[in-house]
Amino acid sequence: MLLEGKKLLITGVLMDSSIAFHVAKLAQEQGAEVVLTSFGRTMKITSTIAKRLPTTPPVVELDVTDTEHLDTLATRLGEHVDHLDGVLHSIGFAPQGAFNFLEGTFEDVSTAMHASAYSLKSLAVAALPLMTPGSAVVGLTFDAKFAWPVYDWMGVAKAAFESTNRYLARDLGPKGVRCNLVAAGPIRTTAAKSIPGFQTFEDSWDERAPLGWDVNDAVPAAKACAALLSDWFPATTGEIVHVDGGVHAMGI
Amino acid sequence: MAQSEQEILAGLAEIVNEETGLDPETVQSDKAFTDDLDIDSLSMMTIVVNAEEKFGVRIPDDEVKNLRTVGDAVSFIQSNQS
Repeated sequence: MLLEGKKLLITGVLMDSSIAFHVAKLAQEQGAEVVLTSFGRTMKITSTIAKRLPTTPPVVELDVTDTEHLDTLATRLGEHVDHLDGVLHSIGFAPQGAFNFLEGTFEDVSTAMHASAYSLKSLAVAALPLMTPGSAVVGLTFDAKFAWPVYDWMGVAKAAFESTNRYLARDLGPKGVRCNLVAAGPIRTTAAKSIPGFQTFEDSWDERAPLGWDVNDAVPAAKACAALLSDWFPATTGEIVHVDGGVHAMGI
Repeated sequence: MAQSEQEILAGLAEIVNEETGLDPETVQSDKAFTDDLDIDSLSMMTIVVNAEEKFGVRIPDDEVKNLRTVGDAVSFIQSNQS
C-alpha cells in the first residue's frame, strides 16, 4: 500500500465534501494512521464527519492563527502519534470583503494572508519537532499565476502561499522534509461555495480542460496529495502539481 | 424504518437544543431556522450533519438552502428515510 505505516496530520476536514476528507479516506485505505485538526465551533462538525472515515481518527484543536495552539501542537499530537511522516495543509480563509479587489481593505487582506498563506509556514514549523527525514508537507492551492474572476485577494494570498512553499522547501530540505502543492481545479466544497460567484469557475472549467473536469469529484486532487505524501516523490520539493484536467497548460 | 413526523420533530428539537441551547419546546414545525430561531450558517451545518447521523439520511448541501423551516427539514427527512 502507498502509505503503509505512515502517520499523517490532516487539516481542513470540515464536511465529507472537503478535499481533506478524501485525502484522509484515501490515506487510511492506503495504510496510513491519520490525525485530524479542527477548531472552535467547527470541532463538533469535524468530529462527527470523522466518524464517516474507514477508521475514526482523533481530532486535535488547531487554529493556525493562534500562537498558543501552534506552540503546543507537537506536544498535543504526541498523545496520538510518536512522529509524523506527513502534514496536509488544507486551510484557507478570507473575509467576504477580500473578494472585491478594488474595495478590499488591508484588514481583510491581512486576515486572508495570515490564515491562508503564512499558515503554511506556521503549520510546518509547529509540526516539525515530530517530522522525520523523508517526511512531506503538502498543501492545496488554486493556480495563482492568473487573475481569476471573483477570487481577488484570495488569489493574491494563494500567490504568497505558493511562494511560501518554495521558501519552506529551501529551509526544510536540509532536514529531509519535502514541501509541495497540488493546484486543483475548482471543486464544489463548503469553502468554494462560500466564495460569491464561484459558479463562474464551474461553468467554463470543464469546457477548457482537455481531460474534462468534474467539480463534484475531489478524488483526483486527493490522489495527488496522497502521492506527494508517499515515498514516491523522494527528490521533489518546492513543486506545484496541477490536478486541473489540463487547464493550466491551455492558451484558451 | 421510517419514523413519524412527531418522532423526527422531537429528534430534531433535541439536536437543535444541543447545538444552540434553545428549549426543545420552541422548535416547532412553523419556525424558520434563521428568522425565528436565529440559527447561523455554522450552527445549521452542525445540525444538518447531526441530523444525517441520527436519522440515517443524506442532506445534500444544495438541499440545505431549501430547508427554511423546521417543518421543511422534518418533511425532507421523512421522505428520504428508507
